[in-house]
Amino acid sequence: MDFTLSREQAALRDAVRELYRRSYDIERLRETATADRGWRADVWRSLADTGILGLAIPEDLGGAGAGIVEVATVMTELGRVLAPEPVLDSALIPADLLLRSNNPRQWQETLEGIASGELLGAIAHEEWGDRWPHRAIATSATETIDGWILSGSKRLVKHGDVADFYLVSARAGDDVAVFMVDGSTQGLSRTAFRTPDRRRGAHLLLEKSPATLIELGDPDAALRRVETLEQVALCAEAIGSMEEALRITTDYLGSRKQFGAALVTYQALAHRLADLHVLVEMARSMSLYAVAVVEDGAGETRIASRAALQVCRSARAVGHESIHLHGGIGVTEEYVIGQYAARLMAIEARLGGALEHLQQLASGIDSYDKVALG
Amino acid sequence: MRMRLSNDEALFRQEIRQFFSTQIPEDIQERSAAGETREPDDIAAVQRILNEHGYAVPSWPTAWGGRDWSPVQEHVFLDEMHLAHVPEPLTFNVDMIGPVLCEFGTDEQKARFLPGTANLDIWWCQGFSEPDAGSDLASLRTSAVRDGAEFVVNGQKTWTTLAQHADWMFALVRTNPDAPKRQKGISFLLIDMRSPGITVRPITLLDGSVEVNEVFLSDVRVPVANLVGEQDHGWTYAKFLLGNERTRVARVGVSKNRLAQAKRLAGETPAGRGTLLDDPILRARIAEMENELAALEVTLFRATSGDVDQAAIASILKLRGSELQEQTTELIADIAGPTALAVDGPSDEIPRWAQRSIRSYLTQRKVGIYGGSSEVQRMIIAKTLTGR
Repeated sequence: MDFTLSREQAALRDAVRELYRRSYDIERLRETATADRGWRADVWRSLADTGILGLAIPEDLGGAGAGIVEVATVMTELGRVLAPEPVLDSALIPADLLLRSNNPRQWQETLEGIASGELLGAIAHEEWGDRWPHRAIATSATETIDGWILSGSKRLVKHGDVADFYLVSARAGDDVAVFMVDGSTQGLSRTAFRTPDRRRGAHLLLEKSPATLIELGDPDAALRRVETLEQVALCAEAIGSMEEALRITTDYLGSRKQFGAALVTYQALAHRLADLHVLVEMARSMSLYAVAVVEDGAGETRIASRAALQVCRSARAVGHESIHLHGGIGVTEEYVIGQYAARLMAIEARLGGALEHLQQLASGIDSYDKVALG
Repeated sequence: MRMRLSNDEALFRQEIRQFFSTQIPEDIQERSAAGETREPDDIAAVQRILNEHGYAVPSWPTAWGGRDWSPVQEHVFLDEMHLAHVPEPLTFNVDMIGPVLCEFGTDEQKARFLPGTANLDIWWCQGFSEPDAGSDLASLRTSAVRDGAEFVVNGQKTWTTLAQHADWMFALVRTNPDAPKRQKGISFLLIDMRSPGITVRPITLLDGSVEVNEVFLSDVRVPVANLVGEQDHGWTYAKFLLGNERTRVARVGVSKNRLAQAKRLAGETPAGRGTLLDDPILRARIAEMENELAALEVTLFRATSGDVDQAAIASILKLRGSELQEQTTELIADIAGPTALAVDGPSDEIPRWAQRSIRSYLTQRKVGIYGGSSEVQRMIIAKTLTGR
């Protein structure tokens, strides 16, 4: 067993940390969040230059050839600084799905575009009435003599407001398939929305929109694998956000004085900090565990659920308590701690939620005797 | 980053699993699984088997029987021991006094005590807590006054675990009541439990078991040769000793066994048209606990591979480990439900696990209290965060 990062992985972590230290402070972060698309193109270019956007794309397809450990390492750093750039949604996830296709080389141009920062992708999978892990997929795909056309609506497409292309799940007869849809194609309309953590998204309406089939051996399995990657990456991001929120809160309790003493000297508050620290460590453990299991080649959804459940529990507590321990300024828009709480809530919602993951795990408890790792 | 055991570690696990499954008498394992371990006989029998095979004191220096195992190997050994329902070695011997004597004892003390300690020919008890010195151990008052070649010890120890079986006690005593700091006037003494002036009064716990005792010391004469290290420096050795518990306190394997048992029992308990295990609320509760246990186990792995703040880790493991031990026993009492009401009578009417369940739960509340209560652990954790 080994949970330490290699020298290269540590260097990657430091590079991301440094890039964001140079790019943002709290003020800059707030300005950016309220600006049009909520993130910065110049930072995006720096991320491309650092190899982050093509992180898991093989080198011969224009990427850095890294794996889940590197992805998780980067995500934790992005979470630590509340980085608004859509690294996961617009680059890592679309690339991951394309790489699962039967012939990734067919998508070389797109993959190179992702890695260089020129192309923004987005997954359009969720529809009305869906709730993880259930995906109805009512969007229909029809093959015509001119190729495939898609009709239906997709909602809650993360960073779908600016995507150059969409990877859209649809039903061709009874079979699920995944299609590439150009962002500027006819019959595609998007309605942008904002999220409570100041990010962006869009709902899509497809009306006979031309699309290209992405050949996947087992599209259902591929979509599930992508979902697992997304969950594992979000868990890693949450770890960074939780660690930083806890650090900020601890500092605050050390400096803020009431009744003539620093707040941290009050045992009731110190104990709450201690409980949060324990929860963050438990979440970190489960996040690392999920990463290590995926790294070993297994992508079992139960493992992701284990991590997601713990991360949801810990994230809720850290967000909730960080605000309370700050007192009034914790509830203000201008102070950063509330933004951490908002991000953690958003991650929970995206992960599928504690309830859903607990249901998944509870449904399987009689398939084994002692709970075991691996 | 690697979650799985290396090939060598996996082979080691095989070897240990094989050892426990073939060398430990089945009746001892069965009694342990049922919570009916015979003390001191089962503990002593296991310890002698371990010693015969070189597994008695793996964490001691190799000169005294240690194995120089990696932290991962130590963890695997303990985990397999728990999973095989082998009663744990006596912690006072193996984790506490042994390592202290190896580190701070005289050559004469080592030769005299260590072999018997490893083989459990000497049963040790720990004379630390006193009626007015619980979490605040440094306020202890039992006094030792030098009289020629002996100390004369007077005072009272309490919560002395398994002292009723003990041959010897290692005790903290106050040798200098005028020391500028309370911690500076404490010495570490080895006391023969057969010495005149020692009275042991057993304390019965809520499950009817006798595990802890009061020990009264009245003019007990202890040879100066039984002083460990320097006079008035006992606090240093005590801290060394307590720091040695570390990963053992989580008892992940014990809670795993108990959760597996809970599922089996719930599956055998009729409820409505099915069994209790069909109840979605109970299933959710079990699944949540299993997940918390998994998180604790990975944290333990991280601790053994050094990837976690060492100052806080022992407290985190103790805090979470004891919470889960309490919750799992509570779960079994809840599964027993009304059948827990008969605490004796025929076991074909009410199974013994159910008869025991409430009293076990009540007694297990001890784990959040002993070895530094949960609140003490939280203070330690907060201190590592804030540096004050």
